[in-house]
Amino acid sequence: MSFFERHILETLIYLPMLTAAVLVALPFGARAAARWLSVASGLALLVGSLYVFFVFDRSVDGFQLVRVLPWFDPLGIDFRLGVDGVAVLMVLLTGIVAFAGTIIAANVERETKSYYVLLFILIAGVYGTFVSIDLFFFFFFYELAIVPMYLLIGVWGSSTKFKTFDRPKEYGAMKLVLMIVAASLLVWVAIIVMYNEAGLGTFSIPALSEFALSGGEGGGPGFSPEFQRVVFPLVMVGFGLLAGLWPLHTWSPDGHVAAPTTVSMLHAGVLMKLGAFGIIRVGMLLLPEGMQDWALVLFILGTVNVIYGAISAMAQTDLKYVVGYSSVSHMGYVLMGIATMDPVGITGAALQMFSHGVMTALFFAVVGAIYERTHTRDIFVLNGLASRMGWITAFFVIAGLTSLGLPGLSGFIAELLVFIGAFRTQPILGVLGVIGALLTAVYILRLVGRVFYGERSGEWDGVRDLSAREGFAMGVLVVPIVVVGVYPGPFLDVIAPGVDLVLAALGA
Amino acid sequence: MRVDFSLLLPEMLLAGLGFLVLIVDLVLPQERPERRNKAVAAVAVAGMAAVAAMALATAPDRTESVYGGLLFIDAYALLFKTLFLGVGIAVVLMSVEYVGRVIRHPGEFYGLIVFAVLGANLMASAGELLTAYIALELLSFCLFVLVGLTRGDRRSAEASTKYILLGAISSAVLLYGISLLYGTMGTTVFREMGPGLAINFSPTVIVGFAMLLAGIGFKLALVPFHLWAPDVYEGAPTPITALVAVLSKAATFALLLRFLAEVSTGRFDQWQLALAVLAAATMTVGTLTALVQRNIKRLLAYSSIAQVGFVMVGVVAMTEAGANAVLLHLVGYAFTNLAAFAVVVTVEAKTRKEEIADYAGLSTASPLMAMVLTAAMFSLAGLPIFAGFITKFYLFTAAADAGYLWLAALAITNSVISLYYYLRVVREMYISEPEVEPERIRLSPSSAGALWVLLAGTIAVGVYPGPLAAAVDAATDALRAYAGGA
Repeated sequence: MSFFERHILETLIYLPMLTAAVLVALPFGARAAARWLSVASGLALLVGSLYVFFVFDRSVDGFQLVRVLPWFDPLGIDFRLGVDGVAVLMVLLTGIVAFAGTIIAANVERETKSYYVLLFILIAGVYGTFVSIDLFFFFFFYELAIVPMYLLIGVWGSSTKFKTFDRPKEYGAMKLVLMIVAASLLVWVAIIVMYNEAGLGTFSIPALSEFALSGGEGGGPGFSPEFQRVVFPLVMVGFGLLAGLWPLHTWSPDGHVAAPTTVSMLHAGVLMKLGAFGIIRVGMLLLPEGMQDWALVLFILGTVNVIYGAISAMAQTDLKYVVGYSSVSHMGYVLMGIATMDPVGITGAALQMFSHGVMTALFFAVVGAIYERTHTRDIFVLNGLASRMGWITAFFVIAGLTSLGLPGLSGFIAELLVFIGAFRTQPILGVLGVIGALLTAVYILRLVGRVFYGERSGEWDGVRDLSAREGFAMGVLVVPIVVVGVYPGPFLDVIAPGVDLVLAALGA
Repeated sequence: MRVDFSLLLPEMLLAGLGFLVLIVDLVLPQERPERRNKAVAAVAVAGMAAVAAMALATAPDRTESVYGGLLFIDAYALLFKTLFLGVGIAVVLMSVEYVGRVIRHPGEFYGLIVFAVLGANLMASAGELLTAYIALELLSFCLFVLVGLTRGDRRSAEASTKYILLGAISSAVLLYGISLLYGTMGTTVFREMGPGLAINFSPTVIVGFAMLLAGIGFKLALVPFHLWAPDVYEGAPTPITALVAVLSKAATFALLLRFLAEVSTGRFDQWQLALAVLAAATMTVGTLTALVQRNIKRLLAYSSIAQVGFVMVGVVAMTEAGANAVLLHLVGYAFTNLAAFAVVVTVEAKTRKEEIADYAGLSTASPLMAMVLTAAMFSLAGLPIFAGFITKFYLFTAAADAGYLWLAALAITNSVISLYYYLRVVREMYISEPEVEPERIRLSPSSAGALWVLLAGTIAVGVYPGPLAAAVDAATDALRAYAGGA
């Protein structure tokens, strides 16, 4: 391995941490310096992520760019990094959203420096989770990504007033943090139990995966089927909550609406993927038989997610809540795809994670831009924005069309693959999933019609359109949507070895 | 019997330092109290640092004991001595301003802290029950006086009275337990009490051991012996609250762990279950009661009760991994809790306020203090990158490994619940709008430096625990049950 290949993964973790440390040291007045430094760091992260994407060898199964540093001998914890196909895609997603996010975050006026510090801690946590192949560090970074959330939402977020009740930002912040940490309790227990049961004295995911596979005819002890049946639900619910698994999704709309724009972008765009990624990485790879036992439950819950999220989105009057519930709905496709345990379905799930990540980030960026200009998100108050905000409208329509699965954009390919996988395994649930896609079209088109092209009241004639900087950031997000939509080949090639790894574990 | 007195040099010097501090206070001119205060504190800090350096430099290569096993001079004791002296230094540093404004008796204050550290050091070295008892009393007596040192403050007087009365009863119980064990075993030296304790289930041994546990449980504030803790924490001068929370707890754990490891090399099943129940009750009651506290010192009191419950999880395991985890957690906990108390002490010295609601606007009044307290809260809640994450992970993994999965799962649940009340403090500092525009708080270089050091320590244990884990492992190898590695 070349020097770059050896160090690239750890750099993706160290760089945001270093940026945060440098920002802490900057004087409080140095707002412009903080912004430039952050955007430069975001760009470096994007370049690093692209490097990982291109250097990854698509013809080889298993983990690549592996790096192992001993960390804590008594428990056999190593700082063990590596990526498989799915992880590479997630790294790329993080890079894209982080870069766009740091640009958008320059709009923050209050305590800009502290905002960026917490944002980079969040980014470090997200990268760390995707590239860690040691269970301990996987969990470490997973928790690290939660640490800054409370302050990011509580200090810089926005409260929502409904007709009969309020949702203060503290409520959203506390709900999001407590629910995610409570779910991590299950993951924590599962990790300790697996570590003890395997008795290997290591948290290494490749080693544990090999141990899990050695069961049955292989001769080794493996995890017994009973053990897997009991432990898998811990993993499924623990990680599933972060992916917005119904009925534990309620933190997601409240939290994402209360969060400031960049945090919504990163959290809904990237962090929710951690949940689905955890189910694939820990659940499928280490507990394959448990996965088979529980797949139908996951499948049904995923389908409920799709339908329930879509119906809830239709009922919302707040623009951001519509997007929040649409995330819940779209994450349902990911869960469905995973539950198919079919090569096409899992590939679709992975691609949907990427596609939804970029699309949601774009959604939240646009909604944030509208809110900053009009100070309302009420869809009955906003109207006819298209005449004054051409660019904002264009970006919202692109995100909306991706969301409802227009061919030529990334959402279409991803959802199509999920549906093919679903029809091969559970046709009835597949049909329900397609109905969910139709519902998406209803609420998206209704929104576009009312908010952007509806009758102009003249109230919003004075507002500005996007600045060049914001437009650039959103353009960064549009590129992958279109590229995946028209030329998905390279992305599917990257996912393939990752899916092979999982399928080998499942014995399919 | 020949005794090599050079082995006891650190303890002797520390006792001398205590008197020196008192004398320096006496001879310095009375008319400039501020300078006298600083000078006495400087003597105490420099002296304790020198003793720590000397103890490290002259440490024997192998385990030594004096007076036929009464005191051990080994790696285990050395680790704790270094920790306790560090705690003593940190407490003195954080209290300089507080003493100047509130206490006004620097000599007694710092001198008694030095003696308390001496008592704690002897507890970590003790290899015999009566020696342990005397060391524990030395520590306790210092604390009784220190708790009541704020003259004219009724809460302080009440706290001190409660502490003395209940402390005396617990000492009596402890002593009675020791006498019962002596009656059966004919010895109070840990190593000679031997396996008899583990397998002998005569009523005398059971009652004696239970009384011993009750006495120790009082010092640790284990549920149901915890009722004194909140009042004492609230009433005591705040730096002394830190001393009670960190020094006295860690010293008692040092004693308990050595006792259990020296007395029995085998398993201790019956007593393990009793300890497990105590641990479960302690962390659950501590966590649930902390949820409703409004005073920051009471919050930290209940939080420390919960933390003691977490440490007990590692004690219950009675494996080397469990003992290692306890030591590692105690070190991380010392950094974390001292960081939290350093902020609370400074805020109180500057504003005379100690309600959680009074922390509104601290993020503008003093960004550094708000950041340090936030880090401490996150570390206590067990979040990365802080010490609490890895040390709790280690504790609970060790317990699960020893067959106490239910206890580990309960501990993890409590740990999650505790996040709620720690976040409340964070919310006050950063999110709540203060009623009056907060005035900017200027920190002296020494308190700012102490805050940075404690913050760095909390993070260092969290991100790079390797060297500390090696030191801890060497320390527990000195105990009989865990000799020769895992």
